[in-house]
Parts: sequence; C-alpha cells; structure tokens
Amino acid sequence: MIAETTHGSLTFSTIEPGSGLDAALKRPPADALRRIESSGLRGRGGAGFPTSLKWDLAIKSPGEYKYVICNADEGEPGTFKDRVILSDFADLVFEGMTIGAFVIGAKHGIVYLRGEYAYLRAHLETVLRRRRAQNLLGKKIRGQDGFDFDIEIRMGAGAYVCGEETALIESLEGQRGEPRNRPPFPIDTGYLGNPTIVNNVETFAWVVCILAKGAKWFKEIGTKKSTGLKLFSVSGDCRKPGVYEFPMGITVAKLLEEVGGEGAKAVQVGGAAGQCVPASQFDRSIAFEDVPTGGSIIVFGPQRDMLRVAENFLEFFADESCGQCTPCRYGTPKLIEGVKMLQQGRCSMQYLHELCSLGETMQLASKCGLGQMAPNAFLSIVDHFQDEILGRAGRG
Amino acid sequence: MLVTEQERLRDDLVKMADRFGRDRSALMPILQELKRTRYHISEYSMQVIADLLDIHPVEVSSVVSFYSFLEDKPQGQFVIRLCRTIACDMRGADHVARQLVNDLGIEFGETTPDGKFTLGWANCLGMCDQGPAMLVNEKVYTQVTPEKVHAILDECRGTFGMHATADKER
Repeated sequence: MIAETTHGSLTFSTIEPGSGLDAALKRPPADALRRIESSGLRGRGGAGFPTSLKWDLAIKSPGEYKYVICNADEGEPGTFKDRVILSDFADLVFEGMTIGAFVIGAKHGIVYLRGEYAYLRAHLETVLRRRRAQNLLGKKIRGQDGFDFDIEIRMGAGAYVCGEETALIESLEGQRGEPRNRPPFPIDTGYLGNPTIVNNVETFAWVVCILAKGAKWFKEIGTKKSTGLKLFSVSGDCRKPGVYEFPMGITVAKLLEEVGGEGAKAVQVGGAAGQCVPASQFDRSIAFEDVPTGGSIIVFGPQRDMLRVAENFLEFFADESCGQCTPCRYGTPKLIEGVKMLQQGRCSMQYLHELCSLGETMQLASKCGLGQMAPNAFLSIVDHFQDEILGRAGRG
Repeated sequence: MLVTEQERLRDDLVKMADRFGRDRSALMPILQELKRTRYHISEYSMQVIADLLDIHPVEVSSVVSFYSFLEDKPQGQFVIRLCRTIACDMRGADHVARQLVNDLGIEFGETTPDGKFTLGWANCLGMCDQGPAMLVNEKVYTQVTPEKVHAILDECRGTFGMHATADKER
C-alpha cells in the first residue's frame, strides 16, 4: 500500500524511462559527467555537494569494485518527497543509479531504504524486475559490451543517523550506524573499503532529467549557485500540504502563497536540522547560498507555541543521537532541560546565554552533522522569538 | 524424534545465513528476517548468528541494541509505532496516543499480556502531510483520529497473519 500525497505537475512525470540512460550511453562516460557538471546539479539531500565533483573523485579513486548507493533513508522531520519519488518515479531513481554506474564504472548498486518505508519494497522489487527484463539492468545493458550493473535493496532499521553517508555504509556493513571520521570520504573508502558514491533519491532522478532534457535547460532555472528545480515536502499549518516542485531560490513568501500558508508566523526550512525563519525574513530565498534545505518545509501558524516546537525537535535529536561523541550526547538533554525551564518561566537571561553558547559548542565540536545541527532549531527560535519564550508564567 | 524449539530456531537461522550469506554485511538482513518471522531476537539466537557469521556475540548484541526496529525483548505480533515528530504532533498525535493507551491497557514501551500488541513511538514516518501517522508492522495508517484507533486495533485482532508479515503467512 502506498499512501497518496497530493502533488502537482512534476518534471519527473514528463520523462520517459530509458531516455536519460540512452542519451548517456551514446557517448563516452566522461561526456555524461561533463553534462552533469555544466548543469550545476548539487546534492538534493540537503548538503548541496556538487554531484559531478563527487562522481569525478570516485572515478579517480583506484579500485576494482566500485559502488553506487542510493540514500533512501529519508528521516528528516517534515521530508517525504523521496517517498513520493520512490512510489511514483522509481524508474528514474534506478536509471540515475545506472547512469552513475556507467560514469564511475561500478557493477553494484544498493538502495538503502529506511525501515519505515518497508511497504514500498515490493513495488520497488517489481520495478527492478521489469528493468532487468528490459535490459536496463543486468548484463550488457542496452547491448553495451562490458557494462554490467545491478541493484539490490537493503533495509534500514529505524535510525535517523543512518542518513549520514558514512553511518549508512556502516549499517550496510552490518555494524552499528555510527558515523565515521571524514576524511577518508566514501568516494575512496566507502562500502567494504571500496570507492562509493552515495547520493540522495532525488539527485539520481534529476540526473536522468538533465541527460534527457539537456544541461542548459536545468542551468537556466534557479539561481547562479543553486541551479535547477527541487521538490519540496510541505506540511504544517497550510491549506494544501503535499509535494511541490519549485525552482531553487524561491522566496519563503512566494512558497507560502503557493501552498496556502499566508499568515504564518514562522517556517522551519530544512527540517529539525534546518533553521526557523520568522515572518520578518520571509523575503529570504531557499537556496544553498541563503536558507538551504533538503526539501522540508514546516509551516507554523500564528497560534503555535514556538517553545513546544523547539522542545519537539530537541527530543527528536536526543532520541536519535548515536551517543558516540560527548557534545551531542550530553548537550541535547541539557538544552531540553533549558526548554523546560523556559516553559516554567524559571530561566534567567544569563542561563539562556549559557544555553546558546552550549548550542554553539555543539555546532563546532560534534562529530557528525546530526550533533552539529541538533541545536540549530533551538538557537534560531531563541534568536527570533525571545519575547515569546522569556518570562512565561509557570505552567506547573 | 521430537524437534525442539531451539533446534528449529537454529535450522531457521542456518537457512537465513544460506540465503543472505555469511559475511558481516549479512547481519542486518538476518536480524530483520528473524524479527519479522519470530517477533523476538533472543540471546540464544544472537549466539547462533554470531557462530554462523564467525563474530563475537557481543557484536551482534551491540547491533541489536543500536537500531530501534531491532529489539532483544519479545515483541507483540503487531508492533504499533505512533509518530511523535512535529508535524504529527501539531495535528494531535497526543490524543491518538492517549486513546491507544486506553484501548490497549498498556503504556508506551509495553507489550500486551497476550503478546498481540507492542506500543511504541516512532520518529518522523514521512507522512507529515497526512498526520497523525502510525505504523502497524509494515503498514502505514494516516490521518488517525482517536475514534479510528478502535477500528484499527479490531482489524489487527481479526486478521492476524494477513499483514503481520508483508508477503506471506508464517
């Protein structure tokens, strides 16, 4: 069973399966890479690393076995666009992986699907079987000698941190999903020590669109540093929640207008790890150079208690912390304590400053992105909503 | 000859190792299959898996303790996970939580005495546009209201085996 999400007309629905791959196979792999490079495509999982650069580094890493991994561990609160892509456009994802394999010279592909999406697995296996039958996967793909590639699906088991690429690889290797030190990066020391590219579900789908429709088409949309289109998962206090396709660089105000969220007092961009944008800054644009996002947009209406929001996000991180490093393991519960004091109206300004400085320490000193981003929402809420959170009458 | 439960479990695990391989990277698929079919990853089974993969049982135990979908305590046939992340929270997940506790007669983190239901929390299920959302084993329910809770639980009680496992009855 696949749950329905409302989504308008998406570019993905106009792409014929096979068209991107055929376009890539006509010329040598370096040509496909050049086209992705000139499109300016950056990772759609949120970090925004240039896709072509990642692939290029994997090409240059010596190794007999190389791997293409699709990160389908979509766990960021407020994100569900990958679920929609996997249920409606799985072909594009597998095709993007196949193009990645062609470019870097990989024979094995793995989709790391989050445990919560186990109900999608049967559908994905069906699509894989069909693609094998169509010679879009398997041996001698599209008659190309020596181009063998296949994809297997592996399940996660309910750990948000496994969306971090090195933790994901640890998990695939049968270990606890604890992030590794980087460097070395997966592009030279990835799955089982081999060169590996790990890309988000949406990134692979855009690769196919770029090859099918041309790099120029993609590059002309969006901003200079953040090109192209992006899917957004919109939820919260708005009339039309769902998945939307917008150009990169769209302002928060414009986005709210499209989804029926006018009158919001704040928008959380980028999920729990992102930042909270207050109404006074709705003219900011959603792009890697301004407010970055992996696609999560949560709208907060005028009636929302922002302290409750901060508490919910911090509880999320406290629960999902892997416990490896001290700033994240001890810092997050300390911030939750602080939020509780604020709720009871017992927090002095000085202590609030202490909490903020603890948050900044976590941003600097945590080992992986999870810990570094855990205090983000709290810090931006304290920054923008001091009047609302300070000096509360105790709630018991 | 009477086949004891332990021998049967061992046979099952050997079959799983044959299917998924005996490398360390087969550990997660084996544990997931074990949990799916037997609702319990016991100390004994962890020892057997360790022997099959030629690793220390502590390694197996440390992996089981890390992931929230793997548990070393016996689980109910239906594991209910209610999303508690912000979007579902804003849509009233706490009311659904209350009703689940009332209807099942257990608190979060507990299993009903008849071994049918385990109640727990989940972090973001990726259904933020249709919350409150809840997973029952591998099936997702959206826009759950307190009054729908009873019907969902009844559906589980009435159809045991249908979706306790995704593809086949045990």
